[in-house]
Amino acid sequence: MSTLLETKTGSDLDGKTPTGPIEERWDRHRFELKLVNPANRRRYRVIMVGSGLAGASAAASLGELGYHVDCFCYQDSPRRAHSIAAQGGINAAKNYRNDGDSIYRLFYDTVKGGDFRAREANVYRLAQISVEIIDQCVAQGVPFAREYGGLLDTRSFGGAQVSRTFYARGQTGQQLLLGAYQAMERQIGLGTVAMYPRHEMLELIVADGRARGIVTRDMVTGEIEAHMGDAVVLATGGYGNVFYLSTNAKGCNTTAIWRAHRKGAFFANPCFTQIHPTCIPVTGDHQSKLTLMSESLRNDGRVWVPKKMGDSRPPEQIPEAERDYFLERKYPSFGNLVPRDVASRAAKEACDQGRGVGPGGRGVYLDFAEAIARLGAGAIKERYGNLFDMYERITAENPYEAPMRIYPAVHYTMGGLWVDYDLMSTVPGLFVTGEANFSDHGANRLGASALMQGLADGYFILPYTLADYLAQVGPQPTDGNLAGVTEAMAEVGARVERLLAIDGDRTADSFHRELGQIMWDHCGMARNEAGLRKALDRIPELRDEFWRNLKVSGTNEELNPALEKAGRVADFLELAELTCIDALHRGESSGGHFREESQTPEGEARRDDEHFSYVAGWEFTGVLSEPVLHKEPLAFEYVHPSQRSYK
Amino acid sequence: MREDRAVTAATRSPPASGPAAPVLLPGTSVARKQLVAITGVVGVLYVLVHMLGNLHAFQGPRQLNHYGEYLRTIGEPLLPRSMLLWIARIVLLTAVTIHIGLTAQLALRSRAARPVRYVHPGVVQASYASRTMRWGGLALLGFIVFHLMDLSWGVHPHFVRGDVYHNAVTGFRRWPVTAVYLAAMAALGLHLYHGTWSVFQTLGVNRPRWDRAIHRGALTLALIVGLGFSTVPVAVLVHLVK
Amino acid sequence: MNLTLDVWRQRHAGDQGRIVRYQAGGISPDMSFLEMLDVVNEGLILGGDEPIAFDHDCREGICGMCGFMINGIAHGPERATTVCQLHMRHFRDGDSLTIEPWRAGAFPVVRDLIVDRSAFDRIIAAGGFISASTGSAPEANNIAVPKQDADSAMDAAACIGCGACVAACPNASAMLFTAAKVVHLGVLPQGQPERKGRVKAMVETMDGLGFGHCTNIGECAAVCPKEIGMDTIAFLNRDLARSAVLTGNGRA
Repeated sequence: MSTLLETKTGSDLDGKTPTGPIEERWDRHRFELKLVNPANRRRYRVIMVGSGLAGASAAASLGELGYHVDCFCYQDSPRRAHSIAAQGGINAAKNYRNDGDSIYRLFYDTVKGGDFRAREANVYRLAQISVEIIDQCVAQGVPFAREYGGLLDTRSFGGAQVSRTFYARGQTGQQLLLGAYQAMERQIGLGTVAMYPRHEMLELIVADGRARGIVTRDMVTGEIEAHMGDAVVLATGGYGNVFYLSTNAKGCNTTAIWRAHRKGAFFANPCFTQIHPTCIPVTGDHQSKLTLMSESLRNDGRVWVPKKMGDSRPPEQIPEAERDYFLERKYPSFGNLVPRDVASRAAKEACDQGRGVGPGGRGVYLDFAEAIARLGAGAIKERYGNLFDMYERITAENPYEAPMRIYPAVHYTMGGLWVDYDLMSTVPGLFVTGEANFSDHGANRLGASALMQGLADGYFILPYTLADYLAQVGPQPTDGNLAGVTEAMAEVGARVERLLAIDGDRTADSFHRELGQIMWDHCGMARNEAGLRKALDRIPELRDEFWRNLKVSGTNEELNPALEKAGRVADFLELAELTCIDALHRGESSGGHFREESQTPEGEARRDDEHFSYVAGWEFTGVLSEPVLHKEPLAFEYVHPSQRSYK
Repeated sequence: MREDRAVTAATRSPPASGPAAPVLLPGTSVARKQLVAITGVVGVLYVLVHMLGNLHAFQGPRQLNHYGEYLRTIGEPLLPRSMLLWIARIVLLTAVTIHIGLTAQLALRSRAARPVRYVHPGVVQASYASRTMRWGGLALLGFIVFHLMDLSWGVHPHFVRGDVYHNAVTGFRRWPVTAVYLAAMAALGLHLYHGTWSVFQTLGVNRPRWDRAIHRGALTLALIVGLGFSTVPVAVLVHLVK
Repeated sequence: MNLTLDVWRQRHAGDQGRIVRYQAGGISPDMSFLEMLDVVNEGLILGGDEPIAFDHDCREGICGMCGFMINGIAHGPERATTVCQLHMRHFRDGDSLTIEPWRAGAFPVVRDLIVDRSAFDRIIAAGGFISASTGSAPEANNIAVPKQDADSAMDAAACIGCGACVAACPNASAMLFTAAKVVHLGVLPQGQPERKGRVKAMVETMDGLGFGHCTNIGECAAVCPKEIGMDTIAFLNRDLARSAVLTGNGRA
């Protein structure tokens, strides 16, 4: 992929969204989907890659229906998937608080929050299903927070004006994942689901134009294996680790979706990455990951920096009059609860002005003094105790006494493999769910919506849409003698050999750090053409060096963390380039993608609906050739696009 | 793919677990522990009665020997002489056998559960009592044999059958014997302290709000029994009891 | 900071294994323990040696993947802290640390500090769930759960399945892990229908997998990063006793 001057554009994409009144689309579509006879279901084998909320919920549900599912994860147990780290909560339009919430309002908020870059029909379906998700999770025994009357408690989250977020302390993701995991373990006990932990998918097998299986590496023995099925589902999460430092788990990677992309699945909106405003700042070069502090902290914490540049006094010595509560000042109606992208950019802006706090000046205060004075330390402990403890453990500072220091960090990727309304990618038989697909969050995801989407896809959408596909193609032979299998296995083997043979003098981690720095500097919270072009020059150079100068010790035939890491970094080095190409081509600011060339006179993001009201689906044409852009035009029939305003 | 997979698989029961080790008594490790706890309760009741009985020594030879004789005659004439004593002995022997047998079996299991030991062992909070249950228990078994030989079966050099008081006094005059008794009572105290709390825990009677009280109760019981038993030999040694 | 590390190295399950000494230099007190090992590993890779293999993922103390013994204590010296959240400021310059994998027959070593904890998954598969197939759930607020019960369930459900309890237990028992799930599901109304069968199936599976039994020593709870207490074990014991004594439905 050489530096891009003009985007090569191919035919438009069709999301195959149903038409008619939006409230009826999913119902009607479900009726139109074909069913698989219960007695025939066991003759189908589904390959499920990933065991997080989207993967485990789908594996369990498909197992319950009677399909055979082979589920793969790179961790030692499906319960480790990174969904487990989600803290805040899960949205659902239950309107238990009688505060004016409705399916339509959740739909509206999500489309608007996504800055009008998501498909209306998908989002409406998500809002509809949100209600069933809570029912399902409660039945599984997810210990959601309760009120004294025994009914479910909810809170307002991430700037929503209604309390629609259900939560289990600060561990909602953990509890939802354990619910899905337990449902899946039940199916494993019953024999409908087979689990393959410590197996990493390294290639997609496409035969006769359909996704038919995957090639995995057994991470303990190094064995390269082909696993065949009637359909493949990728539920492998996001690619935020392309920035090296992110709130993602260390193992999160892009390999599964990137390999699928190379085999024909279009990659949609890779530049839509979410930078979360409330993370613990970087302390030094050794930093291996960033830790998120739940957004719920902004419900009671006030964000500020000193008014003066370079003010190095400790926070308690800075008088009120010399503090700039910049979110409250700039956005009086939403204050500290503005959406994530807005809060992150405002923090960056304050630090860029030299008013940042803490080491390196990359931090802003999140102050609970006022809330503690108003509600008492006990109430604050009740709400955020575990988060405060975590903060103290990491920083050795006590947030009950001194304000927390926070800084934005990469957190979630709205982009992902392009899928149609049925969650199927451009490769027939390849379905993509959860964060790995691009579908529902547009250019910016609202808080507590990721868990909702992962579970909606897995519990309530995929079981229908996958059945429709399976019913259409019928059971396929799974003997592994198909065309494409040997080649795919050979490709994987050759790649592993190549990584081991370079024997240079830089570790995969050092390449990853450098790549992350390039991405953060030029494709981070604010992007411009010059910076992106610089990144597009640097990334291919770094990739060249990687393939010339990488050092991987050990062999393939053993558990080899250095080898695992190298393979993932190799794919990040390709994805990074596509991300920058996408960011460069999208000359507007929308959601998490802020182009400095496209802002209002007050410095707010300016969306360009005339030119960019589409999903950008990228077709892979080779590492050294330009990707082809396929647009899926977006139509807004219900929520009229407007400039987001949180003032 | 398995052909027997039913569509309504959800109604099937969970699969059986792997093969269990051969057992003295059937049941899970938890059920076996519960039997250890119940037999432990029998032991606790016994030592408590025994200890209280011993205190008759302070009332002099007549009272103690009378108490010894009384134990043989309980229930007469409805029951034959020594009947109840024998029943108690059989219950006790059975309880002790089950207690030790199951513990031995569980201990072997625990040994097998960690085939490779730590190079650097460490302890965070475990009490000395809790960590010495097995060796302490084994020492107590050795002591019981010694004690029976010494004061019941008459291996004792000045033994006079039926004269409990004489046997005790002449026995405890020898300081090494007293030292063994006192050491054994320390072991018994430790065993009772962890054992008594464990009974509540293992039988599932314990609740968070009772935990402290049970711990204190166990400590009190252990002290009463251990010190109670120790008074007689110490009193003999310092000539309070002659 | 400079540290001396004695680390268990074992190439694969069948390998003998041995302690190997490494010097870790230039360690910042702000590093986490795993970041310290990252530094050591970078050096090892560049020297052509194989890095010390250890399990880790989220590095924020919730996934439960990391964990090993530091000087004989599971997850190291800090209370309620996984090794990924343990920072080097809790050690002193010049300290000597022995790092070993969890030791239990049911957790065979895979490589170096990595052990196979799939036994935990099998205990869950034996009954650590509520059978509520997708789609069959009633409206969520039809099931009222007293706040106190929901809180107790959450306390137990906080278990991250790291295996420290097994590692710290002198009997290598999995009682705390098993009990945490028995309590989580057993205090909720949704969990009642299967309550009796669940505890039996889970304990039988636990026994069958070769874990030891509980002797109420309490080391498990003392090292648990989520501070799950011994009371959960009493709950399990109670449920198991009742399941043996009572017949009828699962309501124990």
